[in-house]
Amino acid sequence: MTIDVQTWVKVAAFTGGGLAMGLGAIGAAVGEGHTAAQANIAISRTPDMSGDIFKSMLVGQAVAESASIFALVIAMILLFTDYASSYIEISVVLSAGICMGLGAIGSGIGSGYPAGAACVGIARQPAMSGRLMTNMLIGSAVCQTPAIFSLVTSFIILFTDFSGRPINPTWAAIVGAGLASGFGGIGSGLGGGLVAETSCDGIARQPETVTPVTNVMLLGQAVTQTTAIYGLLVSFILMFKTFEATSALAPAAALLSAGICMGIGAIGPGIGEGFTARSAVDGIARNMNATAELTRIMLVGQAVAESTGIYSLVIALILIFVV
Amino acid sequence: MAIEGADIVRAAAFLGAGISMGLGAIGPGVGEGMVAAKACEAIGKNPKEAGLLTRTMLVGQAVTESTGIYSLVIALLLLFVV
Repeated sequence: MTIDVQTWVKVAAFTGGGLAMGLGAIGAAVGEGHTAAQANIAISRTPDMSGDIFKSMLVGQAVAESASIFALVIAMILLFTDYASSYIEISVVLSAGICMGLGAIGSGIGSGYPAGAACVGIARQPAMSGRLMTNMLIGSAVCQTPAIFSLVTSFIILFTDFSGRPINPTWAAIVGAGLASGFGGIGSGLGGGLVAETSCDGIARQPETVTPVTNVMLLGQAVTQTTAIYGLLVSFILMFKTFEATSALAPAAALLSAGICMGIGAIGPGIGEGFTARSAVDGIARNMNATAELTRIMLVGQAVAESTGIYSLVIALILIFVV
Repeated sequence: MAIEGADIVRAAAFLGAGISMGLGAIGPGVGEGMVAAKACEAIGKNPKEAGLLTRTMLVGQAVTESTGIYSLVIALLLLFVV
């Protein structure tokens, strides 16, 4: 039995579509389940506010859902598009699917946290429900950015014409680009969610601290997102740089390795910086007078936690440009 | 495509470098974040000791960083020496 290229491309596209939706469903489901659990806790405490809590739960879940909707879109495109019969298309469709699937995990889980905390917060402090909803939406929106990075990477991979480029190192660059953005979004999405959760919690406990808490939440989340941005940067370099044709395996392995290195290397700093910013926001909500000290130590601590992410970026860049 | 032994070894060294640095970055990243988180909690409770706490945090993080640096060293060895 001989299998032609067209068949292999179809096999890869269906596998990619399955991976996109399968991996992409993990995060949103966990995050929304957490939100619903917290909403139940909140309603049992304050049944009078059940209308507001229910509304807040649904809005928060809708934001968390968007990550898996991105995955659904990519899966649909992969299932119903006719691809050219070329070996490069195999890596294109697989990479796009894996990228979006992995990238939706962190954002889905992360966005569920602030929504849950906002529900409990409304039960505790009904007068603050408007500000809690606003803060939750801002925090969840920032959590979605890694999923959006993955969506952008998947779209660029799918709609760029790679046919003019040499197959051998280019296939590895495409797969590496998908892995860098996909894995790179997990840590930042989760970390950003932890920060936003604590800020909603803090606003509900100490409504007068709302301004510093929201500001430091955004600052902490911004630093948390940096490793996802490194992942996106490495993806862009891998997608847009033209590599020389070769018959050897080593140059392809270097490009694939750059993507793996940056993607996985971004997970730890993203989560760790989220822990740091969470505690800083919590401290500000309890003791607003220490805002300056806490912001400073948060940034110093995050900068040190970032270092291993920067090592990964350096190794990835060496793999792409030097060896 | 002719694949020779030396080519496979080089390819494996490159992949190994990426995996070494990628996986090696997870632990220190999470661990240093936890150190900084506890430092933030402590300064929130007792802002007067900010100097002492910052110093302790940085020393603790420097020790935590060591495994990340081991990963970096191994990755660089795989890329340029082996």
